[in-house]
Amino acid sequence: METIAGILSGVPLFDGLDESRLELIAGCGSNCGFDVDEYLFREGEPAATFFLIRRGDVALELFAPPRGAVTIETLQAGEVVGWSWLFAPYTWHFDARAVSPVRAVAFDGGCLRGKCGDDPALGYDLMSRFAQVMIERLQMTRLRLLDVYGNGG
Amino acid sequence: MATAAELSPMTPAPFRVVSRRRETSDTFTFELEPAGGAAVRPRPGQFTMLYVLGVGEVPISFSGVTDGPLVHTVRAVGAVTEAICALEPGGVLGVRGPFGNCWPIEEAAGGDVVVVAGGIGLAPLRPVLQHALANRSRYGDVVLDYGGRTPQDLLFREELAQLGRRTDLQVDVTVDTAAGDWRGRVGVVPKLVADARFDPAAATAFVCGPEIMMRFTVEALLERGVAPERIHLSMERNMQCGLGHCGHCQLGPTLICRDGPVYRYDELEPLLEVREL
Repeated sequence: METIAGILSGVPLFDGLDESRLELIAGCGSNCGFDVDEYLFREGEPAATFFLIRRGDVALELFAPPRGAVTIETLQAGEVVGWSWLFAPYTWHFDARAVSPVRAVAFDGGCLRGKCGDDPALGYDLMSRFAQVMIERLQMTRLRLLDVYGNGG
Repeated sequence: MATAAELSPMTPAPFRVVSRRRETSDTFTFELEPAGGAAVRPRPGQFTMLYVLGVGEVPISFSGVTDGPLVHTVRAVGAVTEAICALEPGGVLGVRGPFGNCWPIEEAAGGDVVVVAGGIGLAPLRPVLQHALANRSRYGDVVLDYGGRTPQDLLFREELAQLGRRTDLQVDVTVDTAAGDWRGRVGVVPKLVADARFDPAAATAFVCGPEIMMRFTVEALLERGVAPERIHLSMERNMQCGLGHCGHCQLGPTLICRDGPVYRYDELEPLLEVREL
C-alpha cells in the first residue's frame, strides 16, 4: 500500500522536498474520499484542513443569488484544494464540491501550522510552495477577467 | 461549368445558402453552394470573403472542408456578420476566395497533434481535427483542448460530445464560468494544455482563438517542451481585399491575408511583442 509520503513525493507541489520534510508533512495527512456532489467543505465553516486531490474533479463554488451556485474553478488530480487553513480567521470562503468520485489526502491544518511554527524553515518552504499555487491561480483568474471570448475578444 | 480557377478573386460569385444550423445564441454554421455552377476547393485554414449586398464584406474561415458545399461558421458581432446570420436557406451572398495559406497538417504526420481552440477559434481548426481523424493511423496522440465563455457558448456541442466518446482522441473542454449543474471543467485553456497527454518532442500544435488566449497557450506549450517551430497560430486582422493589395491586414512585414493567416510561432514571436502592431 502506498504511504502518504510516497503519494506526496509524486506531486508537483512537493517537488524537491527532502524525505524528512515529506514525512513530517505526511504525518498530518490521511486518506479520504467523496462521492459525487458531496462537499469537501462549505463556505463559512472553519478551515481546519486542506486537500490534495489524487483522483476526480472538485468544483469551487460560490452561492450567488439569484443565480444559485456558480462554479469559480474546477481542480483536478495533483492539485491542492484550500489555503484558508493558512490564514486567520481560518474560515472557508467557497464551497468545494466533488463533481466526480474523489480520492484525496486531507491534511490537518492545525497540525501543519504547529510543525511550521516549530521549524520556520519548513514553514517558509511550505508557504513559498503555496504562494506559487496562489500566483498561478491568480494569473489564470486575471486572464478570465478579460472575458476574451466576449464580443471584444 | 466554371472551375475554381475561373473564380475571380476580385468579384464576388453568388452562392446560395443550402443549410443554416444554430450553434449558439449568436453563431450559425452555413453550407453554401454556388448559384452559378462555380466551385471552390478550400484547404484547412483558408478563408473566403463573404459579401452581403449593400452591407459589406467580411473574412470568414472554413469550418469544414468538403468536396461539396462550402462550410462557414459565423458569429454575429457586427453589421455584416449579423446580416449573414440572418440569411435563411435559399438566401444568396457573394463569395471571393479561397484566400490565405493553410494549416500544415501533413507536416504533423507521424507525430502527435495538439489542437487548442478558444471560442469561435474552434471553427477554423475543425478541418484539422477532421483531417487527423479521417487519417487516424498517420498520427500519434490527437488532442483537442477547447475553451469557451460558458457551456452555452461552446460550438459544435453534439459533435464535441461524440468526439468525447472516442477512445482514439483526447477531448478536454473548459469554460470561464458555469452554473453549478455543469459537470465539466471551469478554468482557462492553457491549464488544459498543461494536463493533456501527448509527447511534446513529437507534437505539432495548432492554435486559434483570441490573441491573448493564444499567447498564454503558447507559453503552456513551450513549458511542456513543444518546439516553437511546431506551434502554428492563425492570426486575425482587418482583412479587406484578401489579395495583399490594400494593406489593411498588415502585421509588421507580412500581410495576413496573403502570407497567413497561419504562422509558425517562431516566425511570429518578434511581431507579437510589438504593441503597435
